[in-house]
Amino acid sequence: MANVPENLHYSKDHEWVRVEGDTAVIGITDHAQDQLGDVVYVELPRAGDEFVANESFGSVESVKAVSEIFTPVSGKVAEANDSLTDEPEKVNKDPYGDGWMIKIKMSSSGEVDSLLTAAEYEDFTKAENE
Amino acid sequence: MLRQIGVASIENLFDSIPEDLRLLKRLDVPAALSEIELLKRFGDMGARNTAASRVSFLGAGAYSHYVPTVVDHLISRSEFFTAYTPYQPEISQGTLQSIFEFQTLICQLTGMEIANASMYDGSTALAEAVLMAERVTKRSKMIASSAIHPQYLEVAQTYVQHAGIELQPAPFDFVTGQTPISAFDSMDAQTAAVVVQSPNFFGCIEDLQALSEKVHANGALLIVAISEAMSLGLLRSPGSCGADIVVAEGQSFGVPVSFGGPYVGLFATRDKYSRQIPGRLVGEAYDKQGRRGFVLTLATREQHIRREKATSNICTNEGLIALAATIYLETMGRRGVQEVAHQCAQKAHYAAREIAKLEGLSLPFSAPFFNEFVVRAPVEALPLLERLANEKGIDGGIALSRFDSNRPNDFLVCVTETNTREQIDALVDGLRPLT
Amino acid sequence: MDSGISKVTTHISHNEQLIFERSQPGRAGFSLPPLDVDEIPLDEIVPREFQREDNLAGMPEVTEVDVVRHFTRMSSWNYSIDQGMYPLGSCTMKYNSRLNEKVARIAGFANLHPLAAEAESQGALQVIYELQQHLREITGLPGISLQPAAGAHGEMTGILIIRAFIDARDGKEGSAKRRIMLIPDSAHGTNPASAHLSGFTVQTIRSTNEGLTDLEHLRELCAHGDVAGLMLTNPNTLGLFERNIKEICRRVHDAGGLVYMDGANMNALVGVARPGDMGVDVIHLNLHKTFSTPHGGGGPGSGPCCCTKELEPFLPVPRIVRTRSGSDGPDVFKLDFDYPQSIGRVKAFFGNYGMMLRALAYILTHGYDGLREATEAAVLNARYITHGLTSDYEKPFAAPPMHEVVFTDKRQARKSVHTLDIAKRLIDYGFHPPTIYFPLIVSGAMLIEPTESVGRQELDQFIEAMRSIAREAVDNPELVLNAPHTTRIGRLDEAAAARKPVLRWKPAAPPRMATSDR
Repeated sequence: MANVPENLHYSKDHEWVRVEGDTAVIGITDHAQDQLGDVVYVELPRAGDEFVANESFGSVESVKAVSEIFTPVSGKVAEANDSLTDEPEKVNKDPYGDGWMIKIKMSSSGEVDSLLTAAEYEDFTKAENE
Repeated sequence: MLRQIGVASIENLFDSIPEDLRLLKRLDVPAALSEIELLKRFGDMGARNTAASRVSFLGAGAYSHYVPTVVDHLISRSEFFTAYTPYQPEISQGTLQSIFEFQTLICQLTGMEIANASMYDGSTALAEAVLMAERVTKRSKMIASSAIHPQYLEVAQTYVQHAGIELQPAPFDFVTGQTPISAFDSMDAQTAAVVVQSPNFFGCIEDLQALSEKVHANGALLIVAISEAMSLGLLRSPGSCGADIVVAEGQSFGVPVSFGGPYVGLFATRDKYSRQIPGRLVGEAYDKQGRRGFVLTLATREQHIRREKATSNICTNEGLIALAATIYLETMGRRGVQEVAHQCAQKAHYAAREIAKLEGLSLPFSAPFFNEFVVRAPVEALPLLERLANEKGIDGGIALSRFDSNRPNDFLVCVTETNTREQIDALVDGLRPLT
Repeated sequence: MDSGISKVTTHISHNEQLIFERSQPGRAGFSLPPLDVDEIPLDEIVPREFQREDNLAGMPEVTEVDVVRHFTRMSSWNYSIDQGMYPLGSCTMKYNSRLNEKVARIAGFANLHPLAAEAESQGALQVIYELQQHLREITGLPGISLQPAAGAHGEMTGILIIRAFIDARDGKEGSAKRRIMLIPDSAHGTNPASAHLSGFTVQTIRSTNEGLTDLEHLRELCAHGDVAGLMLTNPNTLGLFERNIKEICRRVHDAGGLVYMDGANMNALVGVARPGDMGVDVIHLNLHKTFSTPHGGGGPGSGPCCCTKELEPFLPVPRIVRTRSGSDGPDVFKLDFDYPQSIGRVKAFFGNYGMMLRALAYILTHGYDGLREATEAAVLNARYITHGLTSDYEKPFAAPPMHEVVFTDKRQARKSVHTLDIAKRLIDYGFHPPTIYFPLIVSGAMLIEPTESVGRQELDQFIEAMRSIAREAVDNPELVLNAPHTTRIGRLDEAAAARKPVLRWKPAAPPRMATSDR
């Protein structure tokens, strides 16, 4: 069973969000990395780029698939995890920790509330697999 | 077999095709020929190609070079020519390692960092380079020298006509035959790339180094096309001059002229563009026991995964012709390629010197050349060359009026290592009374 | 090796380094005559700043016998058609006749320069003309260009033709409203990529549970007046004939669009049915599939584009046409550039000419009977495999297939044995695996296309191998999961290769272990 930490928010596109003050740390879930298989490349935006919620901010590639990654919240990129360029395997090994992708300075704090809770996300992935 | 699978007749195999769509008549193609009859038929048609056995000084994108016997022998091994694209690496290592060597050789020759497994030919490789420059720079204007092979430019134009890319011409200099740096003065913030061919269509060598400085100062890319890849044995590599993308026709490396194809497009660029390059790439890989092998890699760029967002629609490329080029380059080796290039240049310059001595004939361009040069006659070139062919049995060159009606008297002469001094002297003697 | 495996036994294969690792300064494999003209100093030919400065460092120096052994050893690491059945679905890996190879090497063709005078290239132009005539007859479509170099190139050509036709018919503004290209979810990836190159936006049409184009969905997509065309493979990539093809074409035509047919699967139709009779407007053929020109380890191909009379003005130039000198004079073949509505050139010169020679030789040695018989045998063989595997593998679509059939790993996946594992295990049995994980709409797909070039004995061996693997998946899944066991290398770490790509040999690279003994 995929790991779904309690303290995070989740999107239906399989991203997670951790709120740190007015900053949202974003990555892809354990379930998502498992579905993708070995991640070989991650394409991320630069600090300063702006996105609105549900917009694609990059892509993650395995040997034989490409998936776009969507930001669940709006705002400006404060930092991108550039270490993934050299070590994309972090996304597989530690999707909620070292495998984080971007930090976004949120422009609207309410967006997080509409995301799924851990329990809701678990139900969602279960339903999706059936 | 029919009985075993429960089908009454051969016709019933096609039951899923509605009856009104089935072809009831027999195809209107001839009855089967035996081997003897077939060889006779093709032998007869081949014999009607009288130009094939002529002494020839034709170039312009297809070059008659010597091909060592081992090249055709080795590509004729059925393990190579009856294999498919190496999608199953465990049983395709022969093809994969050959492509890895091919990619390496193309990098060495062009002075670039990465090369793909091949494109269809030089013209389509150029078109793909233009599309790639747009992807990399997100700019849409290309300025292309008008001394690029006209057919290459036509192909590029066909490819980009609906891609929102504008191809602007940069006129060449009528005195030097080169494209002057000033021809690219219209470069601006929208310019994605500058495209030149060197040696260019007229055989003249372009000043890539100077051009590269100007292009890079503008944040654009320099695309260099080459139709006579043998020139790389002698000329400074485009990579060392600062090119960002190098495309070439690889036919000179062990591939017969064969009425225009199949040839092999070479495509090389910088490491940093490895995810923007079109076509297949082979990379090194290891198995669990640490044994080295090779695999198709970075496939997420390609159409079978990224579909409409792929870097190109190319799938089948020119595998066997790339193999011929690989075998050629390895057989000739470092010194062989240098020697062939040296002989081409020496013989072409001998021919140019001798032709220039003839009354009425001149060499209109002043720029240095490798093995092709333009000759200007006092009369129209097309009938002159026809007479030379009919009376002396020599194909003396290509009339440029076939590409540009403003150049009625000019023709392009190409000399390779296969042309003997005797042939060159015969060309000169043949031209003398005709002008 | 298991005793149940009848086709192969293990054999010795030679290790071989990269040529660069074999290279030794001073060795040479070439011989050239001495320069026979007066030599002048290089600096007088090319100014020093234009001369190569690196002495071609790193390029190999080996002898001829080094080269021969190098490639002969490497060749033994390849599986090839000549070793047996190569059942890659959608690839049509049929026998490549040696006679066709001989034809392509006839000096009158091989040594003919593409810019030689037309009058002195009549035989070569005649070959193009005759092949055009035969392909017109086979497809039932009168317009044709042999210029495209491969299937995807022919596709691009076909879609550019559709675009040019609509531009001409609807005017610039009208055409701008038609930018949708409909493509089934089962299509080859080249289809959407080619459509994109021609400035179209792709919309995906669903397939029905039967594996056919969803007519209802097609109707919905055609309702907005923005459809430029439909790209359809027939038989489709599931090996099924689109029996509603006439209705599909009618709907697209009624909506103002055109129908492009991907001819990758023409091996199921030659002599039996013609795209031109189905309502298709434009099609590409793969000479390297249906007409047996060799795949060459990934090309060269050839992708002729055939079309209706209405689309003919838009085909690439030059065209090869026949005229007659005088009323009873001989045929004269000419290049004709005068087609102002043409999409332009798609390749320098005339296309992959050597492939045209081989394809014409294939057609002439088969004749009208042989062409149809090849189609019949290809379909019969696929049906025989279908019959033989249905008891052990899941067949997702009930309809009888044409020349290829799709199975899945659904039953084996219960034991965690997947399509990739089955494919790798098949290698141990002496077969090239089928096309796997394509079409994308079928989970764990195995697309099997035997072609006509395989006899019953080998079909039985293949079926027995597949059944044996199905048993192994139950009894000894580890055996399948770790396959192949008989190849010189095991499964390669493709993820590591893609993370830090090494795309060329470099002299500075730290010494690494060469291929080790087995």
